[in-house]
Amino acid sequence: MKVKTSITAGFFVIGLLVSGLALADRTLLNVSYDPTRELYQDFNKAFTTYWKDKTGETVTVQQSHGGAGKQARAVIDGLDADVLTLAITYDIDKIADKAKLLPKDWQSRLPNNSIPYTSTIVFLVRKDNPKGIKDWDDLVKEGVSVITPNPKTSGGARYNYLAAWAFAEKKYGGKDAAKEFIKKLYKNVPVLDSGARGATTTFLQRGIGDVLLAWENEAFLAIKELGEGQVEIIAPPSSILAETPVAVVDTVVNKHGTKDLAEAYLNYLYTPVGQKLAAKHYYRPSEPKYADAADLARFPKLELFTIKDKFGSWDAVQKEHFDDNGVFDQIYVP
Amino acid sequence: MRQSYIMPGFRPTLGFTLFYLGLVVLIPLSTLVFTSLQLNWAQYLAIITHDRVMASFRVSFVTALLASCVASVFGFIIAWVLVRYPFPGKRVLDALIDLPFALPTAVAGIVLATLYQPSGIIGKLLMDSFGVQVAYKPLGIVVALIFISLPFVVRTVEPVLQEFDSSMEEAASSLGASRLQVFVSIIFPNIFPALLTGFALAFARGVGEYGSVIFIAGNLPYVSEIVPLMIITKLEQYDIPGATAIALTMLVISFFLLLVINLLQHWVRKRSGQL
Repeated sequence: MKVKTSITAGFFVIGLLVSGLALADRTLLNVSYDPTRELYQDFNKAFTTYWKDKTGETVTVQQSHGGAGKQARAVIDGLDADVLTLAITYDIDKIADKAKLLPKDWQSRLPNNSIPYTSTIVFLVRKDNPKGIKDWDDLVKEGVSVITPNPKTSGGARYNYLAAWAFAEKKYGGKDAAKEFIKKLYKNVPVLDSGARGATTTFLQRGIGDVLLAWENEAFLAIKELGEGQVEIIAPPSSILAETPVAVVDTVVNKHGTKDLAEAYLNYLYTPVGQKLAAKHYYRPSEPKYADAADLARFPKLELFTIKDKFGSWDAVQKEHFDDNGVFDQIYVP
Repeated sequence: MRQSYIMPGFRPTLGFTLFYLGLVVLIPLSTLVFTSLQLNWAQYLAIITHDRVMASFRVSFVTALLASCVASVFGFIIAWVLVRYPFPGKRVLDALIDLPFALPTAVAGIVLATLYQPSGIIGKLLMDSFGVQVAYKPLGIVVALIFISLPFVVRTVEPVLQEFDSSMEEAASSLGASRLQVFVSIIFPNIFPALLTGFALAFARGVGEYGSVIFIAGNLPYVSEIVPLMIITKLEQYDIPGATAIALTMLVISFFLLLVINLLQHWVRKRSGQL
């Protein structure tokens, strides 16, 4: 008799636990790239408050950060990301292509080609810019040591590389000249880290190199962390427009039952609150009118060109430059 | 005729051994083989013999070899000191040896890079007095691997040294052998097989090490790229067959080298009459 009671009690407890799980608040996993940590910490807070006010539901947003390529591969290999906020459209294309987790036309589903904010590449130099670095061609001078990650493994590094390439192609005319320029530039690179944060650490903490090719927001962040006067930002006259896309992962949200939540989350990035936060964290908002004027004034004015204008598409870029035996491999052949 | 054993339980234990090995070792490794079977022989050869991949094989094996040689010499000395001499703080020192086992290798790599970078505490000293740069050069890889592989040597040599029958030494001394002679012809030959095991473990660990090396190597193509980094790079490009082809080759080479070391060990044991 006693045994029976305790078994019943046991089942009752298990039943409670199961129903508790079923009623648990929903979570959203946002898989992102390295330098967005601080932005999404703030944004998630804003979003959960907004969602609570609107629907009464408490939601938790989890974050995963890492090199963009690594993150995309993790999603392909089965990391259950509800939303992606990555550095390069190519990586989301690959997720659509290889794992078929979202449709190929994902980019047309959100405003502004699914790009709520953009960034660019600038130079971070030592105090008072002792090597006098002003433009891309200063990077290939003898005795200048440049820190940039490996473009085969880092999204940011691909933008660095392509910005330098586009500069050289325009200034010196033609691909051969650009290749020669890139070769000289990477001769000046003493360490190839695998991700943007690693390169920032090498430059700031280890004190290696005269100039770091950095995400604009990462450069601002470095100055904020280190305090004024240690390093300074130099904006070259021209650079690349880094279009950092976002997307809902259909297969995963359908499985989790989080489709409405995931869509609301990404759409919230485009609202005045989201845009203001992006600008606050040094991302260039797609709707500048919503951002604080003071935040916008911090961005240096420079001529920005897009991947589409200069290179056609990411697929073409990847094939020509970063795949095996592509230009990046060729410049290292001794 | 069925062979029977004195010890009972042969069948269940062998069954368990095979099951366990299959589950933990063979199934994952066979996946590797099957994935690389997507490639034909010519494609496989093209990946493996690519200059950059060959260079990374050279870097990985040469640095691991150097590091395990150094670790063997110093590991032996440390084991010797720990076994032969009583001194205060010995237990603490003994515990310290195992730290590289426990420390996340990435932490080790970051610490070593900080110390050995040209403006770091040790790096600056080496740079100023010898003009040698360690971090971000292949030498940095060797330093990281020495750190990682040291406990393997100490922990394999130590118990053998402890078990060593000192009556042999005493007999040799009483027959008039000098201290050097006792070491060279009595102690060392008896310790050598264990030292070889330690060397093999250190080497195998060094070839496969990724976490600590990546922070100190500099990772320049053709100069300081290790094989595990090549595998990661291939994966980043979604080139999974390419990555597995390199991994498989590394596995085969490592297995072959370990086999050779094991045979050598067997031969040494036989020659010195331990078998």
